[in-house]
Amino acid sequence: MGATLDKNKFDARQWYLANFELFETNLDGSRESAFHEVRKKAISAFADLGFPTPRNEEWKYTNVAPILERKFKQATEPAKLSKKTLNKLVLKGLEKNLAVFVNGLYDRELSNYSAKPKGLGVERLKQVLQGRPALSEKYLGKLAAFEKEAFTALNTAFTHDGLCVFVPDGVIVEEPIVVMHLSDSRSDAVLAYPRNLIVAGKGSQVRFVECYYAVSAGTYFNNVVTEIFVGENAVVDHIKLQEENTESYHIANTQVHQEQRSVFTSVNIDLGGAIVRNNLNVRLSAENCNSQLYGFFMGNGVQHIDNHTFIDHAMPHCFSNELYKGILDGKSRGVFNGKIMVRPDAQKTNALQSNKTLLLTNDAAIYAKPQLEIFADDVKCTHGATIGQLDDEALFYLRARGIREDVAAAMLRYAFAIDVFEKIKIAALREVLAATIFERLKKS
Amino acid sequence: MLKIKGLRVAVEGNEILKGIDLEVNRGEVHAIMGPNGSGKSTLANVLAGREEYAVLAGEVNYNGKNLLDMSPEDRACDGLFMAFQYPVEIPGVSMSNFLKTALNQIREYRGQEKLDAMEFFSLVKGRLKLVNMDEKFLSRSINEGFSGGEKKRNEIFQMAVLEPKLAVLDETDSGLDIDALKIVAHGVNTLRSKDNAIIVVTHYQRLLNHIVPDFVHVLVDGVIAKSGDKNLALKLEEQGYDWVKEAA
Repeated sequence: MGATLDKNKFDARQWYLANFELFETNLDGSRESAFHEVRKKAISAFADLGFPTPRNEEWKYTNVAPILERKFKQATEPAKLSKKTLNKLVLKGLEKNLAVFVNGLYDRELSNYSAKPKGLGVERLKQVLQGRPALSEKYLGKLAAFEKEAFTALNTAFTHDGLCVFVPDGVIVEEPIVVMHLSDSRSDAVLAYPRNLIVAGKGSQVRFVECYYAVSAGTYFNNVVTEIFVGENAVVDHIKLQEENTESYHIANTQVHQEQRSVFTSVNIDLGGAIVRNNLNVRLSAENCNSQLYGFFMGNGVQHIDNHTFIDHAMPHCFSNELYKGILDGKSRGVFNGKIMVRPDAQKTNALQSNKTLLLTNDAAIYAKPQLEIFADDVKCTHGATIGQLDDEALFYLRARGIREDVAAAMLRYAFAIDVFEKIKIAALREVLAATIFERLKKS
Repeated sequence: MLKIKGLRVAVEGNEILKGIDLEVNRGEVHAIMGPNGSGKSTLANVLAGREEYAVLAGEVNYNGKNLLDMSPEDRACDGLFMAFQYPVEIPGVSMSNFLKTALNQIREYRGQEKLDAMEFFSLVKGRLKLVNMDEKFLSRSINEGFSGGEKKRNEIFQMAVLEPKLAVLDETDSGLDIDALKIVAHGVNTLRSKDNAIIVVTHYQRLLNHIVPDFVHVLVDGVIAKSGDKNLALKLEEQGYDWVKEAA
């Protein structure tokens, strides 16, 4: 009885459940696919879970209530973007293997695969669901468990398009594979469920870049799930670059599974968003895995950026190294929660974790929480968190050589995080990013 | 070039400089000597523009401008240079990025064209030789892991690149062995010209054997107690500072 008219009584959970019914009816043929059974399980998991509140320990510092007040709309018609708009955003040197999604829908015109090596499968999720059910059944939704995570459950229930990359055994992909998720909220407050799947076969190598950009002002919501399977002896670099506009919401669950002797490197850069939450979970499920997680986040105004990482050392002789750095200005908030689990079998584990934050104002704040859970006795685990301010002596030194205060401050802030940027092995990306970040650091 | 009149300066509420008068002209080298705590380094740092020093009274005129109203970077852009007593280590900022930025900011201030990477490199290459420094220095972070001698040579290298009109060397000799001291002095002497001026702040006469001053001033308890020529420095070396203190 007029419940939806009363803002205070708006029930987001009910609203999303009702939307699923609508979504189902519009699915046409793909409703018959095997994956649709997974969707139904996911929505029923969501119905049981509901949305997290700050009473939930995992969401103590990140309140998603503002996201749940909005009635977002999932796009059904592609928003037409010009090449010109894209060219402004696309990073030079990264246009050779490029998949573009606008508001969650694939844009054929803007995408390009001129450097795709033979045998490499770069496909739309939609086609994989229809044409290669065996592959989708084996991997999709198998890594990112939706039973306990409401946003993963929603993404799994609603997803219908995204990028799937299958790297066959032994294939070395020279050019990075780039997926750009663009948001255009000029006509509607859009909600998209970007979904990415990367499967790297035995002994293969691939670098995958995942970017999020806004092409307009206005609120929207990206609920992302990325699943990465790193096969035996494979080397995977994953770079996630999030530059949503500052009115918008970004919640991303990235689930990584590593097989033996594999090497996985993640560089996670957050520059935008009003409320941002990244869950990055890595499972070291066999011996001799190497896992490197690097992160940089920069907040200003009232931005809220939350990074939750979870490294699960399930087997012996694995190494993990984690370094997250943040620069917070204005009244922005940062959260870093780094959980490392060392299971009883995981002897000879070596796990390092470090988190450093630079606070530029008295109103900015970081909630930093290292969380080590160790159930094996022959392990080496270290962690450290520091919070600091800019070094006045260093600032004066640069100014005394003629460098303007804003430039000097930007140089020092950039230098603070340089050990994260250096981990981006794609030179073109590193340089463009360096220039972008440096300009931003000058302004704040 | 530089006229200081009645300069009084406090640090954290304590008056350190209690009325300094000093005039430095083009082509001159002035040595400022004095015992610990006499205010030598305070004078150098006030000239460079350090903000934690409060000017209580007096004025400093630099090439017709009120120096005390200028930001540290504008002073540097107008040709003032201080060689730091304790050069700061700045991890993550390479020497080449630092110097190129500094040089181009100064050039921009003066309305000159910016240097490109090649022009910059050919400029600094020659200056590195002046202080016996290898090209590898350029890719290292500013002063990070440098020895004491390397840090001081780096200051003189920066001076050589930025070509100041007025250089203030704040105890550049402290902690240097004789070989490093000679390198530093050689660098400074090469840069010395009839168009620029140098103020050498030092505790010991030793440096002045290598950088011969035109004038020597003795700072005692925040005032210049005595001025003279290079012979005054020799007398201080022999007899210490006590006789000046008593005379004052």
